Amino acid sequence: MISHDHDREDNHHHHSHEHRHPHRQDLDDTLTYYRAMEIALRELLIEKGILTADAIRGQVEDMDRRSPAAGARVVAKAWADPAYKALLLTDGGAACVAVGLDRGPYKLVVVENTPTTHNVIVCTLCSCYPRWLLGLPPDWYKSRNYRSRVVREPRKVLREFGTEIADDVVVRVHDSTADMRYLVLPERPAGTEGWEEERLAQLVTRDSMIGVSRPKSA
Amino acid sequence: MNSEAIEPRFRAGDRVEVRESFPIGHVRTPFYIRGKAGVVERLCGIYGNPEELAYARSGLPKQPLYRVRFPQSEIWPDYAGSVADSLDVEIFQHWLEPKL
Repeated sequence: MISHDHDREDNHHHHSHEHRHPHRQDLDDTLTYYRAMEIALRELLIEKGILTADAIRGQVEDMDRRSPAAGARVVAKAWADPAYKALLLTDGGAACVAVGLDRGPYKLVVVENTPTTHNVIVCTLCSCYPRWLLGLPPDWYKSRNYRSRVVREPRKVLREFGTEIADDVVVRVHDSTADMRYLVLPERPAGTEGWEEERLAQLVTRDSMIGVSRPKSA
Repeated sequence: MNSEAIEPRFRAGDRVEVRESFPIGHVRTPFYIRGKAGVVERLCGIYGNPEELAYARSGLPKQPLYRVRFPQSEIWPDYAGSVADSLDVEIFQHWLEPKL
C-alpha cells in the first residue's frame, strides 16, 4: 500500500553493522510478478484520477473490518427464533437483510448441522468464502493442504482440527466452485435454553461456521 | 433456449454425470469430479458462463447452475469414511449429461 515499495532495496544497507539483533523482514518483502503488477496498476489508476489512494485505503479498511461477528449474529438469531431459522435456510440473503446486514454479492446457501449430519465448507479451486458474514478467510482455508484433503479425507482433516465425528453421522462436504457462498448453521449447544441472542452469539466461532469445529460449550 | 439464457434441463432428484472433458481455460468444474455420477440437489439459478466471463466476454448465453450431490465412495473408490458421506459441488449445465 505505502509508497516506499521501491526504496526497499536501499533500506537493507542502513546501519547494518551496529545491529545487536537482526530486524525482522516484512512478509511481503519480495517483489513478485503479481505484486509488481498490482503496484503498477494501482499507481496508474491514481495517476489517471480514476481512484485515489484514500479510496483504496478505505476499501482495504472496510475489508479488514468485516468479522465473523456478523455470521455469529445470524446463527444466534436462527437458534433463538424458529421463523428466522426457516428464512435463513431457504433464503440466506433475505435473512442477512432482515437483521440489517448486507445481502452480500453472492447467493448464500446455509447448511444445517444436525445430530445426524455434519457439514463442512471448502473451495477447492480458490478461496470462495462468505466474506460479508465471516470477514477474510483464514490462511489454512486457502492452503493447498486443506483444499485438496478435506474433499478426499474429511473425517481425518476434521480430526486434525480436534473435531471427532461419530461413524453414524454423515459428513457432507460442500465445494464452493461457482456463484454460491456457504455458511454452516452449527448445532445449538446444550444447556443454552432461554439464552438471549447476544449471549448465544458469544458461543459461535468462525471455525464452527466453516464446519471444521463445533461452537463453544455453554 | 434463447441467446441470453439457456433453459434448465434438470430438476432436483435427477441423476446426472459430469462430462469427462479437459478443455483449456478458466473452468469451474474441478478435475476430481469429472466423469463422476451424482444427483441434482437443487437448481441454484442461471448465471453468466465463467468460462467466457474470465476472458472479459459477455458470459452469454447464461448457464443454469446446479448443486450436485455425489457419494464419496463414487468419487474415491478407497474412501475411508462412512458410505453415507457425500460431497456437494456446484456444476454448470453444459458440464452435465443425464445418467440412466
